[in-house]
Amino acid sequence: MRLEAKGISFGYKKGVKILDQFQITIENHERVGIVAPSGFGKTTLCQILSGYIKPASGQVLLDGKDIYKIQGYCPVQMIWQHPEKAVNPRLRMKDIIAEGDGIDERIMDGLGIERDWLNRFPGELSGGEVQRFCIARALGKRTKFLIADEISTMLDLITQSQVWNFLLTEVAERKIGLIVVTHSNLLMERIATRQVVLSSEPAKSLLFH
Amino acid sequence: MNNTGSVTILQKYQRKRLNQRSQTLLVLAFGSIFLLAITVIGTLVGDIAITTNFTQKNFLPQIAHPFGTDWLGRDMLARTLKGMSISIYIGLFASVISAVIAAILGAAAATLGKKVDAVITWFIDLVMGIPHLLLLILISYAIGRGTFGVVVAVAISHWPVLTRIIRGEILQLKEANYIKIAGKLGQSKMKIVVKHMIPHVFPQFLVGLVLLFPHAILHEAALTFLGFGLPPEQPGIGIILSESMKYLSLGMWWLALFPGMVLMTTVLLFDLVGGSLRKMIDPHSAQE
Repeated sequence: MRLEAKGISFGYKKGVKILDQFQITIENHERVGIVAPSGFGKTTLCQILSGYIKPASGQVLLDGKDIYKIQGYCPVQMIWQHPEKAVNPRLRMKDIIAEGDGIDERIMDGLGIERDWLNRFPGELSGGEVQRFCIARALGKRTKFLIADEISTMLDLITQSQVWNFLLTEVAERKIGLIVVTHSNLLMERIATRQVVLSSEPAKSLLFH
Repeated sequence: MNNTGSVTILQKYQRKRLNQRSQTLLVLAFGSIFLLAITVIGTLVGDIAITTNFTQKNFLPQIAHPFGTDWLGRDMLARTLKGMSISIYIGLFASVISAVIAAILGAAAATLGKKVDAVITWFIDLVMGIPHLLLLILISYAIGRGTFGVVVAVAISHWPVLTRIIRGEILQLKEANYIKIAGKLGQSKMKIVVKHMIPHVFPQFLVGLVLLFPHAILHEAALTFLGFGLPPEQPGIGIILSESMKYLSLGMWWLALFPGMVLMTTVLLFDLVGGSLRKMIDPHSAQE
């Protein structure tokens, strides 16, 4: 499987492009890190790559199919930065995880999800605990690419290493491509097989003028 | 050391016996029972409200006639209750219709694209821009007054506020991360609406519906008072008030005072019930 971004441009304001003719090709055995300072469009790029946003120009192709037009389960799953916004506060955790594509017990064990948490509401868990559910939910059977946007910032170091160790073995076993955004250089060096630096002139000029 | 000095701050601000939730529940229950009682008694009163008895004309409030009697010897308590129950029925019916209109238009504005949204928003501004009573009189007059005219006028003029709320809620929900994620996880549109959207919007809808009652009741009474509403043979609260105007100068103060107070109490109670319901459903608003 191959995820290809061809000539992607995107901007939130007229005349200001955060992403300008961005190109990237990711194979499903790769682990790609995306590096850039805040406000350079990392999250925007993640949303475009996983089909949440339609780019102003260009296409994201998954084995030749436009990712934005895929109906039903999207093989490119994104894990969001803020777990508390990524779950419906009115649903119990078991209903939230049930929305995923057949999540195994093995995945929940690997991420350290306790069975007792399943009957709780998101508000009754900490941010880190909810984030583990979000990670588990994205690891459904049909997931081929995983986009992790700052997923471990709210976890303590021990939990971080537990979650990442599990994710790396899982990704390697199932041949899932991984795209990682993180501000931690150490983590980036450990995880990514390749790093891509986002630099966008208009955004920079906005930042520094 | 004297006694007052030994009271600690904690003791001074000791919790009340009921917490806020129980208090709200109590208010909600009390308000609902009171309103239900007015409606039921008013419905069962039947003909007493229009039975004349010329041996008992112009009585001051007394044990047998707590609200007094009018110039035709009719018992004012029975008339007031009957009038109030009619008002409540009309209010109930009209606000349900208004709320349904609001739900449909709000959902349409939020989901059917920018053009539909622009048209509906324009209509909201239009209806809200016209003075409410004027609009009511216009509609009621155009349809031909009477009970039907009032009901239609009140029903089709109260939707804008609730429509705005529902439109805003759905627009906000559509942008919520968890709803977008559910879509990417392959959940169908129908499932997302049922599982994620309705549980969020329905409580707002319900509270909006209850808070429409007092408006509808007050506007029905106002229309009737001005002579554009219920026919004079109905003991509507607006009719009672406008008829009693002529007798006020004769010193018959009880003809207007008691019905007016009952109307005010009912409207305030509905407002209280709606407010309590909102607090129960959406606890965040309880501290406002």
